[in-house]
Amino acid sequence: MNRVMGHGLVKPTLFLLCLLPAAWLFWAAASDQLGANPAEALIRSLGDWTLRFLVIVLAVTPLRVASGLTAMARWRRMLGLFVFFYASLHLLAYAWFDQGLVLVAVVDDVIKRPFILVGMLAWSLLLLLAATSFNRAVRWLGARRWQLLHRAVYGIAGLAVLHFYWMRSGKNDFAEVAVYAAILGSLLAWRVWRRVQGSRRSSLS
Amino acid sequence: MIIRTAGNGFQHPTTSDITPQAAYLGRRAWLQQAAFGAGGIALSAWAVRDALAQTGTPRPGKLAPLSGARSAVAGAGTMEALTRYEHASTYNNFFEFGTDKADPAAKANTLRTRPWTVSVEGLVGKPRTFDMDGLLKLSAMEERVYRLRCVEGWSMVIPWVGYSLSALINQVQPLGGAKYVEFVTLADPKTMPGLGSNVLNWPYVEGLRIDEAMHPLTLLTFGMYGEVLPNQNGAPLRLVAPWKYGFKSGKSLVKIRFTDKEPRTAWNRSAPEEYGFYSNVNPDVSHPRWSQSTERRIGEEGGLLAKRRKTLMFNGYEPQVGQLYAGMDLRKFF
Repeated sequence: MNRVMGHGLVKPTLFLLCLLPAAWLFWAAASDQLGANPAEALIRSLGDWTLRFLVIVLAVTPLRVASGLTAMARWRRMLGLFVFFYASLHLLAYAWFDQGLVLVAVVDDVIKRPFILVGMLAWSLLLLLAATSFNRAVRWLGARRWQLLHRAVYGIAGLAVLHFYWMRSGKNDFAEVAVYAAILGSLLAWRVWRRVQGSRRSSLS
Repeated sequence: MIIRTAGNGFQHPTTSDITPQAAYLGRRAWLQQAAFGAGGIALSAWAVRDALAQTGTPRPGKLAPLSGARSAVAGAGTMEALTRYEHASTYNNFFEFGTDKADPAAKANTLRTRPWTVSVEGLVGKPRTFDMDGLLKLSAMEERVYRLRCVEGWSMVIPWVGYSLSALINQVQPLGGAKYVEFVTLADPKTMPGLGSNVLNWPYVEGLRIDEAMHPLTLLTFGMYGEVLPNQNGAPLRLVAPWKYGFKSGKSLVKIRFTDKEPRTAWNRSAPEEYGFYSNVNPDVSHPRWSQSTERRIGEEGGLLAKRRKTLMFNGYEPQVGQLYAGMDLRKFF
């Protein structure tokens, strides 16, 4: 199974699969399939896909450990960059279709609405992680510092859920927010649990 | 006598010059392709919208017709392009059927709109329970094209059918102490799946000051686009107060109550700092979480790239309703 997963065609296939939601949304927008309020539908769908990719990338390590498929570790960077890709499209769609690409309007909105500020903060952190995602950056920063920096992904997950929570608070409708919070929370809890287990084991030896 | 032949006078085309019938007919197919083909979809949609804008209210042909005479009430007409029926009937809020704006159209088919009664009670001289036949006959139906501005920042232009609420109010003779009118809407857990959630207190209650309720623009509404209201838009009758955010206009009304106290309305109870009793459309008073200075007109030409419009004071009905609020601090009474 590990050999199948490590096959040269798996990663390019995964890459294309990750592009599918964006391609579908692009097609739907171009052919007027997004309903009465296409701007809203596009911005929200891109936000949904950002959250989904965040869940996917944080699930890689637990799934790898559970299945023993070490080849999965090689997908992490690509999936992480897809989180950044969808977050950037989400931001671009908002800035373009909601704010008419007027920078002053975006800045005003960031100041006025805490949930926009939180989203912007999460995207800025993602930008930092994306900018330091290549191999040379690891060497520049040193593995330890690089790893510390990239733990910011948990902060990003928290900010993303808060952003979604605040956006939904207008309708008091938190069912979907709770689903994402529960999944991301348990992925984080798994890591904490493993850490505790690991330190207990090392202190025993 | 001159006998003309092919070689003399009248020029007969040779057989090969004649356009084959198939090719002649084929040009129609080509035109159709141009109209409906991939590149033509958007163009033909615009053409249809243009055509509709020119012929007044098109009947969508989905429900029973309910026509109204062109209204003479000031502010009841606008030259703005009508929102497409398909948008007005599939994109709206009606939390009794779910919080997504696609939910009402998907789920409101369970609503039973007959038999239906509306009880009018409280501080009135002649409390009464009306049935639908009585309500439909109470006054002459008028068609009014109103702008609708949702508190969420989107807007539509809808041709409603109904009559001024004042016609009903006059029938029940409010007492001197009646200062407010409370509108109670249907809350039937058997047919309304949204009642299972506690996003709001059910039943959904809205209210107006009595002078607002008596204003001729306040419409007791039975239809839209020349037909009876679709369930998802608040059948069989609803309120439309076009200078207020859309949520002030209760759907599927079952009770109208006259009181001396300001009614505790559903959104005001849920988030008093965000939704005031008045909730007049006002570009200068922001919602705590977003600006109200602009709005997205649904179906605006240009689609995704259409610019947001500037929101108008009292949704553009300031000449008609402005005097109702003379001297009031609209930041305090938002």
